Amino acid sequence: MSAILQTFNLSKTFRERTAVRNLNLEVLPGDVFGFLGPNGAGKSTTIRMMLSLIRPSAGDVRLFGRSVLTERSHALARVGGIVEKPDFYLYLSAVRNLEIIGALCGGVKRSRIFEVLELVGLRERALDKVKTFSHGMKQRLGIAQALLNDPELVVLDEPTSGLDPQGMKEIRELIKHLARERGKTVFLSSHLLPEIELVANRMAIIHKGDLVVQGSVADLLESGEQKVVFRGTPLNRIRRLLAARKTLVRAVRRVGTEIHATMEFRHIPDLVKILVRNGVKLEAVIPRRSLEDFFLSMTESSAA
Amino acid sequence: MTMILLLRAECIKTFLKKRTYLGFLIILLVVPLVEIAMKIEGGRFTGASLRSLQQDFFFVGSLFNGWIVAHQLMNSLWVHIPLLISFVAGDQLAGEATAGTYRLLLIRPVSRTRIFFAKYLTTLVYTIVFVGFLGALSVGLALILMGTGDLLVFRDGILILPASDVAWRFFAAYILAGWSMATIATIAFFFSSFVENAIGPIVATMGILIVLLIVGVLPVELFEAVRPYLFTSHLNIWMGVFADPVDWSDILRSLAWLSGYSAAFAAAAWMIFVRKDILT
Repeated sequence: MSAILQTFNLSKTFRERTAVRNLNLEVLPGDVFGFLGPNGAGKSTTIRMMLSLIRPSAGDVRLFGRSVLTERSHALARVGGIVEKPDFYLYLSAVRNLEIIGALCGGVKRSRIFEVLELVGLRERALDKVKTFSHGMKQRLGIAQALLNDPELVVLDEPTSGLDPQGMKEIRELIKHLARERGKTVFLSSHLLPEIELVANRMAIIHKGDLVVQGSVADLLESGEQKVVFRGTPLNRIRRLLAARKTLVRAVRRVGTEIHATMEFRHIPDLVKILVRNGVKLEAVIPRRSLEDFFLSMTESSAA
Repeated sequence: MTMILLLRAECIKTFLKKRTYLGFLIILLVVPLVEIAMKIEGGRFTGASLRSLQQDFFFVGSLFNGWIVAHQLMNSLWVHIPLLISFVAGDQLAGEATAGTYRLLLIRPVSRTRIFFAKYLTTLVYTIVFVGFLGALSVGLALILMGTGDLLVFRDGILILPASDVAWRFFAAYILAGWSMATIATIAFFFSSFVENAIGPIVATMGILIVLLIVGVLPVELFEAVRPYLFTSHLNIWMGVFADPVDWSDILRSLAWLSGYSAAFAAAAWMIFVRKDILT
C-alpha cells in the first residue's frame, strides 16, 4: 500500500535551535495516525512543514506522492487541515468564512458549505458572526473548513486543545466518524497519550524534534514491560508479599509511598486476592504500560 | 477563474471590515465641515489669498466658488489621505498575521503568488474607490454649495482658468491622484508583508513620506541632487493638469517614476511573501 503522507529526513532549524531533526514518518490510507509529543516537541512545526506554511531546512514532505516543496498545489489538493488554534475572520459569519476558504480550493457550492456545517453541528449558527462563537464552536468550524474540499487526508493539530471533557469527546467521535464512515485518513497531533489511544490505529512519538518511536498503537502499547503500581498499607507487607511471588512478579521496588511491580496485567486479580487475604488495605492498583511511563517521563522532563 | 474567486474573496474581507470605512467616515465628516465653513466665510478666504496681489491688480466680481474650494481640498492628498490609505493597505498582509488567518489561507492548493496578487489588486481597488469617493464628494459638494466660476490657481504665479475649462482638469487630477495614492498604498503593502502588526506599516509609510517631503523642500545641495529621484517629488502630479498649457511630458515622466516605485515595492513584497515562514 503506498503511503499518503511521507516525510523524508525532515528538519527545521530556527537560527541555532533545531525544532525538528531528520523526521521520517509514513501515513497509510485509512490510518488515524496519532502524532504524539509533549508541548514544544516539534509537532506543530512538523505540521506547518507538511502543509507548506514553513519551509524545511532539509528533507521533504510528500503528499499522495507529490512533493510539497516542488508541486505544492498538486500535493495540497486532496488535503484539509487545521493548524494550532482555529482562527477565523471574526467579523464575518461562518458561511462567509467558508466561502473565502472555498475560493482558495477553486470554489465550493453553497450546499457543500451547509453540509459540512451540518456535519460539525453548526448548521443553526451558519449565519452568525464567528466572534459570537465559543472556543468549542470555533474548533468545530475549524474541522468544517478542513473538510470543505472533501479531502482524503485530514490533518488536525491538537483539535481538542482547550475544550471541556464533553467537547473533547464530541471531537473524538467526529474523528472516528470521519475515519470509519467517510473513509478519511486522519493525521492527528496531540500531547495526550489517552487521546491517541482512543482514536488512532498507528502513531509516532516525537520528543525535542526527534522521532522516538513509530508503529501500530496496539503493538507499541503492548510492547515492552508492563508495570503495576500498588498503593496501600502497610507498604512493606505489600512489597514482601509481591516479592515472594516470583512466578508472577518479575521485580518489585518501593518508590515513595508506592510499590512498583514489573508483571503482566493478567496476574493482577490473583495478586490482589493474596494481598487482601494477608490483611493489606489496598487503596489503588494502577496498571501502567512502559510506553505510558516513558511518555510521562518525557512530559515531565519537558515541563522541567 | 481561480483569480476571480480569490479577488472576490479578498474584496469581501476588505469591504466587510469596519476598519475599511474609517477613512470614508472621516472624509464624510471633514469635507462637508470644511466646505460649509468656507461657504460661511465666503470671500474672506480668497480675499486673504489675493491681498498682496490687489495692490498691483484690479479684480472684478468674486473669484470665490466651488472649484477653488475643491482645488484647495486636494492639498489633503499630501499627508492626510496617505495616512487613511495606509490604514487599510498596511493591514492587508499584517492583519492576516495578527489574526492568525494565514494558517487558513496558505495551506490551500493555490499558489502564494496568486494570493499575493489578489490581495494587492484588492488594495489598489480600495485605493481607487477611496480617492474617487474623495473626489466625488469634495468637488460635488463644493459645486452644490458654492457654484461654479473661474478657477484661480496659485502656482509659480497666478493663473485663472475659465469655468468651461476646469471640469476635465479635476477629472484628470483625480485619476492622477489615484496613481499617486496607489504608490503610497504599495509602500504600506510592502511594509505589511514582513511584520505581524498593522501599526508598523502605517508608521513606517508615514515616516518615509514625511521625511522625504521634508528632504524635498529643504534648501540643501545634497538633497537637491537626489530630489528628482524621490517618489515624493512626483506625488503631486495632479497639480500638473492645473497649468496652461499642461506639460504632459512632465506628467508622463512622473507617472513612470511612480509606476517604477510601485513595481519595485510590490516585487519586494512578493518576494518576502512567497518565502515567508508562517509562525503566527
